[in-house]
Amino acid sequence: MAKSSSRDRMSNEINAGSMADIAFLLLIFFLVTTTIAEDKGILVKLPPWSDEKPDITQLKTRNVFSVLVNAQNQLLVRGEEVDIDDLRERTVEFISNPTSRDDLSEAPNKAIISLKNDRGTNYRTYLEVYNELKGAYYELWDELSRKKFGIPYSDDMPIAQQKVIKDEIPFVISEAEPTNFGEEK
Amino acid sequence: MSKFKKKRGKSDPAVSTASLPDIVFMLLFFFMVVTVLRDSELKVKVTTPYATELTKLEEKSIVNYIYVGRPEKKYQAVYGTRPRIQLGDAFSTVDDIPLFLEKHKVKVPENKRQRITSSLRVDGDVTMGVVQDVKTKLRKSGPLKVNYSAKKRPD
Repeated sequence: MAKSSSRDRMSNEINAGSMADIAFLLLIFFLVTTTIAEDKGILVKLPPWSDEKPDITQLKTRNVFSVLVNAQNQLLVRGEEVDIDDLRERTVEFISNPTSRDDLSEAPNKAIISLKNDRGTNYRTYLEVYNELKGAYYELWDELSRKKFGIPYSDDMPIAQQKVIKDEIPFVISEAEPTNFGEEK
Repeated sequence: MSKFKKKRGKSDPAVSTASLPDIVFMLLFFFMVVTVLRDSELKVKVTTPYATELTKLEEKSIVNYIYVGRPEKKYQAVYGTRPRIQLGDAFSTVDDIPLFLEKHKVKVPENKRQRITSSLRVDGDVTMGVVQDVKTKLRKSGPLKVNYSAKKRPD
């Protein structure tokens, strides 16, 4: 008799009321430490360092799109001052050369963009310029992708298709050692 | 008086809280999954610039972060106002970068080492000089994939 009554007591449920408190505690901890912000940015592949002097191959001037950014954050594109808002348009025109002008690139895969900045250039300006140049290529890739595959260009499309597009319009930016006129002291 | 007593006697007073833990656990798991524990306190002021052609960095474990910016107010007395580099949670110089990269590299499984990316979180108002030094160091010491961290430009 006594035994059975003790078993009755044992079979009572475990009090789970404090479970919520424990979970809340953990929840609040994670709420406080959470940073949902994801990291986005402009992905760039740097060229490996070499101590040898680069061999100077003469490029045809018509194939080089030179962009200079000075310490006052002004742009000099192919010898003339250009506003940053016009840069993308100019770049697209240079690479694709729709009207076959003889001072723009021979073919998209021969076009080279040469970017040179000063050590005093603002990082924001530099990134904006880079963004515009990259944007120009994305525009061209998109156009080509629609023509070839009927879909807009994206980083998620099959690698093979991406490769076809990038073979036709390769992304070539050559960054020269920056000048040093306007670095802050 | 008597009216009140009657009513109370009839209705069941307790709302069942048995499912509360389940709800809380669900929230908990959600936050546990999306959480990225902040590993370093920022000692330099970084406001990344805006851009449009952005790529998302998928895998956090293969990314190392290099911060460049002007020191926060409370550190300015010691470190001045010129742009500085922060690696991990300490002020550093460019010469500390190779060691920092190496330390990160050994933690990454071998098959992923090719894809190690350096995320440069640079303040928009910094001049290119210090960024250039970092870039040169990166080119000399290995991982060539660089991500210039930026925010999506609001339309």
